[in-house]
Amino acid sequence: MKILLNNRVEEFMEESMSVSEMLLQKKFSFKMRIIKINSLLIAKEKYDTTIIHDGDNVQMLYLMSGG
Amino acid sequence: MRFSEIKSHLSKFRVGIAGAGGLGSNCAVALARSGVGTLVIADFDVIEETNLNRQYYFADQIGVNKTVALKENIARIDPGITVIAHQEKLDRINIIEIFSGCNIIVEAFDSSVMKEMLIETVQVSMPGIPVIVGSGMAGWGKTNDLRYRKIDNTLYVCGDEFSEVSDNLPPLAPRVAIVANMQANVVIELLMHNI
Repeated sequence: MKILLNNRVEEFMEESMSVSEMLLQKKFSFKMRIIKINSLLIAKEKYDTTIIHDGDNVQMLYLMSGG
Repeated sequence: MRFSEIKSHLSKFRVGIAGAGGLGSNCAVALARSGVGTLVIADFDVIEETNLNRQYYFADQIGVNKTVALKENIARIDPGITVIAHQEKLDRINIIEIFSGCNIIVEAFDSSVMKEMLIETVQVSMPGIPVIVGSGMAGWGKTNDLRYRKIDNTLYVCGDEFSEVSDNLPPLAPRVAIVANMQANVVIELLMHNI
């Protein structure tokens, strides 16, 4: 599948995968983040059960302490 | 457009500011100077000496609640701006009450856990209200790394999304105030959109 990840096209071998699988495969280990798929916020508890499909727009935002 | 017309337009809006530290205090002052009519500011903290390296407070305000001091400072800049100060620690419940009626909410917390909580709460429970996030501003220099990114119509982020504060990388006035003013600039851009 091909998805848009932070406005860049990313290709995966799989036809679909959970958010957790995507994070693992991309080695995104930093935990403080917001993930939105097609503008819908995905709660952390739903990373295992939310499936990313071909053509999805995935946006990830890292939250850094400081302000 | 003349400034008097801009100010008159912005006076109709209400902006929420979650946190009155480095981001919140500087952002609130920029919005007040621009003429945003009502600012709803929430923070439970009091001013400490270590805050004065970047936050919009003065030495004689040490020990005062931040929202009280900020209301005072904004009144000295422009007494025509309405500041609604909430001396409360924000959580998933009171955020919805405190910021109801706000056109836009500025995320101005220090801790990433609180940033996450605010974003999740507003995005899930207050759909359609844009949140302007500050993320990544510790240290000094690297001016061009500070940027603004629109995620979608309700989520915007200012900062480098990388520099986290630590003992060896403290937050300093220039980068924190740059990001705070970027957040204020996004707010004004959104509020000026349909004029």
